[in-house]
Amino acid sequence: MDWQGQKIAEQLMQIMLLAFTVIAFATGYLMASFQMMILIYAGGVVLTTLVTVPNWPFFNHHPLKWLDPSELEKHPKPQSSLNVNSKNKSVKK
Amino acid sequence: MHSFGYRANALLTFAVTILALMCAMASVSDNFNTPTPSAQVQVLNINWFQKQPNGNDEVSMTMNISADLQSLFTWNTKQVFVFLAAEYETPKNSLNQISLWDGIIPSKEHAKFWIHTSNKYRFIDQGSNLRGKEYNLTMHWHVMPKTGKMFADKIVMPGYRLPQEYR
Repeated sequence: MDWQGQKIAEQLMQIMLLAFTVIAFATGYLMASFQMMILIYAGGVVLTTLVTVPNWPFFNHHPLKWLDPSELEKHPKPQSSLNVNSKNKSVKK
Repeated sequence: MHSFGYRANALLTFAVTILALMCAMASVSDNFNTPTPSAQVQVLNINWFQKQPNGNDEVSMTMNISADLQSLFTWNTKQVFVFLAAEYETPKNSLNQISLWDGIIPSKEHAKFWIHTSNKYRFIDQGSNLRGKEYNLTMHWHVMPKTGKMFADKIVMPGYRLPQEYR
C-alpha cells in the first residue's frame, strides 16, 4: 500500500463507518428496533473491515517514482575542497 | 495505516467509539418520548385487618389493578418494573410507603393489563395508625433501558380509606 493508498484507506474507513452509523441509527429508530440498529452497524463494520484493511490493488495506483540513476551524473554531489596547505616545517641544526 | 495490523486497530477503535456514541444517541432519543400512562385500582375487599401481637396494624386486601403503560415503551426499552404502593402520613413518619404488588413488564404487548389479586406483600404499619386511615395508592414505574438512562415516574391515586374497626 503506497502513501496515497494509505490516505485513501483511512478516509474510506471513516466515511464508511459514519455512513453505516447514520443508516443503522435511522433504520433502528424508524423500525423501533434496537436490535436492528446493532445488526446493521455490525454488518457495516464487517464490510468496512473487508474493504479497507487488506492491501487491495486499488490502494496501489500511485507508486512512488524513484529517480533514474542517470540523474545522479547530471547533478553531482557537491564536494568540499580538501586543499589543505600543510607545510612540513623542518628545523635544521 | 502502513500495515494490516495498524489499519485493523484504527478501524476497530473508531468503530467502538462510534458504537458508544450511537448508544448515547439512542438513550437521548428516549427523551423525545412523551408517555401517557393510565392506571386504576379498586379495593374490592378488606380480607383481614388486625393488630399484631407486637402492636403493629396489618391489612390484607383484594384489589383489581388495571393499567395501560404501553406508551412507556420505546425502541430502547428492555422492560418496565412497576409496583403499587400504599402511601399515607402518620405522626411518626410523614411518608409511609408500603409496596403491595409489583411486576416486571417484559414487552409492550404485556403493558396493558388487568389483574385481580390480593396484596403480594404484607401491608404492615409501624405502629397502630391504620384504623380509619385515609391513604393513596400510587403506581410507580421504572423504565429500564437497553442502554443509557433509566426513567422513573408514578401515578398517585388518592381517596382510599381503611375501616374504622378491626375485622
